[in-house]
Amino acid sequence: MKDIAFIEIAALIRERFGDGVAAADDKRLIVEPPRLAEVAAFLRDDPNLNLDYLSSVTAIDHKTDFTLIYHLYSLTKNQRLTMRVPVVDRVSPAVPSVTPIWRGADLQEREIFDLFGIEFSGHPNLKRLFMWEGFPGFPLRKDWVNRGP
Amino acid sequence: MVLKTEHYVINVGPQHPSTHGVFRLRLTLDGEVIVDVEPIFGYLHRGMEKIAEGRNYTKNIPLTDRLDYLSSMINNQAYCMAVENLLNITVPERAQYIRVIMAELQRMASHLAGIGFFMNDIGAFSTPLLYMFREREKIVELFDMACGQRLNYNYMRFGGVSMDLPEEFLPALKKLLDGMPGFINEYDKLISTNEIVLVRAKGVGILPKELAVNASAAGPVLRGSGIKWDLRKNQPYSIYDRFEFDIPTGEIGDTYDRYAVRLEEIRQSVRILKQAIAQLPAGETMAKVSKLIRPPASETYTAVEGPKGELGFFVVADGSENPYRWHVRAPSLINLTALKEMLLGWKVADLMAIFGSIDIVMGEVDR
Repeated sequence: MKDIAFIEIAALIRERFGDGVAAADDKRLIVEPPRLAEVAAFLRDDPNLNLDYLSSVTAIDHKTDFTLIYHLYSLTKNQRLTMRVPVVDRVSPAVPSVTPIWRGADLQEREIFDLFGIEFSGHPNLKRLFMWEGFPGFPLRKDWVNRGP
Repeated sequence: MVLKTEHYVINVGPQHPSTHGVFRLRLTLDGEVIVDVEPIFGYLHRGMEKIAEGRNYTKNIPLTDRLDYLSSMINNQAYCMAVENLLNITVPERAQYIRVIMAELQRMASHLAGIGFFMNDIGAFSTPLLYMFREREKIVELFDMACGQRLNYNYMRFGGVSMDLPEEFLPALKKLLDGMPGFINEYDKLISTNEIVLVRAKGVGILPKELAVNASAAGPVLRGSGIKWDLRKNQPYSIYDRFEFDIPTGEIGDTYDRYAVRLEEIRQSVRILKQAIAQLPAGETMAKVSKLIRPPASETYTAVEGPKGELGFFVVADGSENPYRWHVRAPSLINLTALKEMLLGWKVADLMAIFGSIDIVMGEVDR
């Protein structure tokens, strides 16, 4: 499977959605959250990219902010793309959901919501996945303290 | 007179044997017909990803054994490959072959268990399951020979495998492979054309192609829907590009197709194993790697084709001896995304057939 070049794809996204939406170097592609859902739809539907398969979504807690990481494949063109979305606000982190574009994000976004406390606006059923309703805090955050018995 | 009916809600599981102890489905029913489904997990949550952040890289290998516990070898392989990517370690040839041998044996064992439990779920009590376990037992014995464990092997290490194959391993493996085509034909005869299986599985719980892709289904669930996608071919890792094998696919994505894909994959694994034994070189089984590793600040997403689908490890290193972030892309969990669509409109009696055909392991669903 070949990797899609980050710099070229960032240029494509900027051309389509304007400056400030995407940035890239040779190691990473960064897409800013406000227009994430539209960018995702473009990545899926553009005939040259056709990234129809969302392999994985996950988050990293950097102690002051978060990064979401999306691994995308094109099953027809046999190529892949890794996309990073920064989430700066630690108090009430929120990004647009990509579940309406890739159903595969459904459970994975719920998992991130459950364990990191990042909200996905537009998710059809955003509820905790593993922990029970009312569980205190978000265990995969670096500042979470186990207050067990 | 018009009968007045009302929807009602019932829970299937978590105690139901087919939900493996820790999975609950809240069904809304109209008579016998399923009109809404909500899967509920979270009974087992062991917090592996959190635990892994507090242990060093080597001590996390046993955690992977306990994810999909019917496929521990492949979990080991995926995680070791991820850390090897961080460290740029080259695995010796012999170790690569041993890993492929273990992975393919594990795929066979997992599919055998998967088909056996599927049959059990649709009410074929004991007989097919015991037939499947007859051969699975031989594979488990091979693993026992290689690493002294029947489950949770912890056999692979960063840079290779923990020990070389014992003398008695290859003769026993050859014997198993010689018998395997006969056994597979036996299952085929017993199950594939069985009238009851056909009625319970053909055309039931269809997962259409487009939905399978959109819902990130993987492994036999994706291939059963007719998508020819296998990471061993599409993103060749380890030494899979040296073997000849086919990727079986289903036609319409029904319960039967998913079963048939698994059965055919056992045949293909036998093919790979025969080639691997024939090519197996002599030499080292371990690269030189220090006991306590500290990968430089970097990250990797490394995925392999597990028996249930794409199994990926996302590991972020910060230069210390513990991973900063450790995430598993678990195929069993993600394959449940489209469960609702597969169940809607079918009857309660079909639920277990459809659910069983997805072949999930709760250790991986509810981590």
